[in-house]
Amino acid sequence: MSAILETRGLRAAYGPTKVLHGIDLAVEQGGITTLLGANGAGKTTTLRAICNMMVRATGEVLFAGARIDGKATEDIVRLGIAHVPDGRGTFSMLTVEENLRLGAYTRRDRGVAADYDRVYGYFPRLAERRKQQAGTLSGGEQQMLAISRALMLRPKLLLLDEPSFGLAPIIVQEIFRILRAINQQEQVSVLLVEQNASMALALADHAYLLETGEIVIGGPAAVIGSDESVRRAYLGY
Amino acid sequence: MQVFWHQVLSGLATGGIYASIALALVMIYQATHHINFAQGELAMFSTYIAWMMLDAGFPYWAAFFLTLVFSFIAGVLIERIVVRPVENAPVLTVVIVFVGLLVITNSLAGWIFSYTIKSFPSPFPSNAWYASSYLSAHEIGMIAVTFGVLLLVFLFFRFTPLGLAMRGAAQNPVSSRLVGIRVGWMLALGWGLAGTVGAVAGMMAAPIVYLDPNMMSGILLYGFAAALLGGIDNPWGAAAGGFIVGVLENLAGAYVVGTEIKLTVALVLIVGVLVVRPSGLFGRVLVTRV
Amino acid sequence: MAIISETTRPVAASFAGLPLRTWQTLGVALVFIVACVLPFTTSSYHLFQLTMVLVYAIALLGLNILTGFNGQVSLGHGAFYAIGAYTTAILLDNTAIPYWATLPIAGIVCLGAGFLFGLPALRLEGLYLALATFALAVATPQLLKFRGFEKWTGGVQGIVIDKPSPPAGVPLDSDQWLYFVCLAVTVPMFLIGWNLLRGRTGRAIVAIRDHPIAAASMGIDTAMYKSLTFGVSAMYTGIAGALGALAAQFVSPDSFSVFLSISLIVGLVVGGIASIFGVLFGAAFIVFIPNIADQISKAAPWAIYGIFLIGFMYVLPTGVAGGVKRLGSLLGRMGKR
Repeated sequence: MSAILETRGLRAAYGPTKVLHGIDLAVEQGGITTLLGANGAGKTTTLRAICNMMVRATGEVLFAGARIDGKATEDIVRLGIAHVPDGRGTFSMLTVEENLRLGAYTRRDRGVAADYDRVYGYFPRLAERRKQQAGTLSGGEQQMLAISRALMLRPKLLLLDEPSFGLAPIIVQEIFRILRAINQQEQVSVLLVEQNASMALALADHAYLLETGEIVIGGPAAVIGSDESVRRAYLGY
Repeated sequence: MQVFWHQVLSGLATGGIYASIALALVMIYQATHHINFAQGELAMFSTYIAWMMLDAGFPYWAAFFLTLVFSFIAGVLIERIVVRPVENAPVLTVVIVFVGLLVITNSLAGWIFSYTIKSFPSPFPSNAWYASSYLSAHEIGMIAVTFGVLLLVFLFFRFTPLGLAMRGAAQNPVSSRLVGIRVGWMLALGWGLAGTVGAVAGMMAAPIVYLDPNMMSGILLYGFAAALLGGIDNPWGAAAGGFIVGVLENLAGAYVVGTEIKLTVALVLIVGVLVVRPSGLFGRVLVTRV
Repeated sequence: MAIISETTRPVAASFAGLPLRTWQTLGVALVFIVACVLPFTTSSYHLFQLTMVLVYAIALLGLNILTGFNGQVSLGHGAFYAIGAYTTAILLDNTAIPYWATLPIAGIVCLGAGFLFGLPALRLEGLYLALATFALAVATPQLLKFRGFEKWTGGVQGIVIDKPSPPAGVPLDSDQWLYFVCLAVTVPMFLIGWNLLRGRTGRAIVAIRDHPIAAASMGIDTAMYKSLTFGVSAMYTGIAGALGALAAQFVSPDSFSVFLSISLIVGLVVGGIASIFGVLFGAAFIVFIPNIADQISKAAPWAIYGIFLIGFMYVLPTGVAGGVKRLGSLLGRMGKR
């Protein structure tokens, strides 16, 4: 298997505050890779640095073997990288359907119309609310909308920033179940940032652990999950 | 009673001009939270461009549409060159840059076209069949043109992908980038559209107020009042505000204060709305997080 | 940690062997001496311009207290200048009050007017206050022309007033006398402003600009301070207007258009936002530049104003005063080496 996304010595800073100190990670083609870590470790910043958004980043980012660091966010998105940001990034004044239409904004192919039904297939609840203002959706529904909006791009790589954040466990389980289905059916690779380590490790096949801006350990998810220190610090047993 | 209805209807006609200016102001406000103090002067300058073409012998509607194209391009360029560098600057800086823009446009017009007052033709012949004792042909035409503009703007934002992208960019720039929208260009486009809508207002107002570099100052003030009354974050509210303010102005002029202190009426309206109901009649109440 | 050591390095405390404070005092003294000598060396027209520099300096100081230090953006200070000017003109036209006594009256009238306008302005944040004051500036000339007030204001014609003449025995012509009257008002106004802004009150005013909520939680009555600042600011500008009316010997509605308010903003920006002595540069700028530029075209001064407004915001947002300060600390650092 080859890597669809690779970072080499990725550093990032907000103004004078340095957050990432050289991240090397790889996301396997077709796989799910998860990036774990505590609050403030730099998980969200890593995703932002990959997309060159809201943060000053240096270092190499390779997507399908080609350098993308330094490109504008809009252009990175157009290559097929969909980013579901923290806070879900809902266009709250627009309807659900308009949110999805914006997700497909860069696409000019004829498949867009069919793709609405495809994402509604994953999230039937959104179909019921298609004319509703997105800001009035519940947190779980907004997360589903955010993932759906990303899928409308027909991405090759999906970056997910804490999809479990602030949601009831039963909703989280549903979303993770659907993420697995999406990964398998859409041939989309996933980089998942999570604090909920046990859920993430169960879903992913690769995992990295981030502490204060540095990767401390990485490898197959099963191996990471059985690592003594990881278990104590992040899994709680 | 006839006088009363005459006042109301001609108020609607001038209200159309205020509505257009208010719409232009709101378009820029929604996207960037800037109030464009130069909006009136840009419209004035566009009107001079139209005058220049008419003077050179262009047919009216050719000059009209060419002016719209000019205004669109001018709006885009101003956003890219003048406004972009101070996009995220403090309020005072942005206000000063807009005042600078106002002054430059005003003096440029005076420099190029002189400060003498010029007359500007109406495309609607005064003896047209639709003219009546209630409304002159130009007033009827003005109302029609305003509604036409409002309808086009509405259709554009509601039904085209570009319009949707512009709404998205105005609401949530970060998410917009993440779906591949070029937010910077959307803002420039918004300025272009605002410039175009403003130009329509200028060309419709000029036959009534005559053409001179200061023709828009009163209209801009009423545009502000309209935008605030309708809700500065709501384009349709702002347009409705324009018509309301137009009628109010006429009725106040005819029955209460006379026409001499029209601008004070606008001032009172602006301060009144801001103090009593800052979100306007149709706007959303926003709570700032501390 | 390089950043911290850079900023905590003491800024130049001396230059060429003398402490910077001494240089400052010397500079102020020099300016004052020049200000006293100048009227004996220039033509009466240039003297009129110098008088106007002093007048605008007071007006700009008023605007700066409000906009620069307190952060309330006013695009309508021309209105308070007009109220001050009209107060003096009306009093001189209708009563036997001596001209000098009209100045404090103009100040008090504007203090009240500013305070009253400041009350609704309390509810207006940055941009909206700019909008409301802009509307005030645009509406002012029309209000001055209003027929209901014509009995006092003289309507469109305005009011012609006599130039104050020097008291008997003073060997000055009336232009020189007026200049010194203005200087005698300017100096204490600056001292008061300086003391006001450097002390406890000034810190409260600035705190409200920088963080209104934190200021309130420290026990500062922000509403009171903001309206009072508005009043004091209007008072300064109103007294300037009164002096300006004496200097021009004439008031009329069209001299107080929105462009007067914009001139004041230009002076503020050029001199330096939140700088006390910068307003002198700003005042000189708005008096002399139109004269020079007028020779190019009637529109040229305004084009230049506009370019300066935008240019300063891009290049020198701290104005001339800020530029001088930066230069000073640069020289000081070089002197230390």
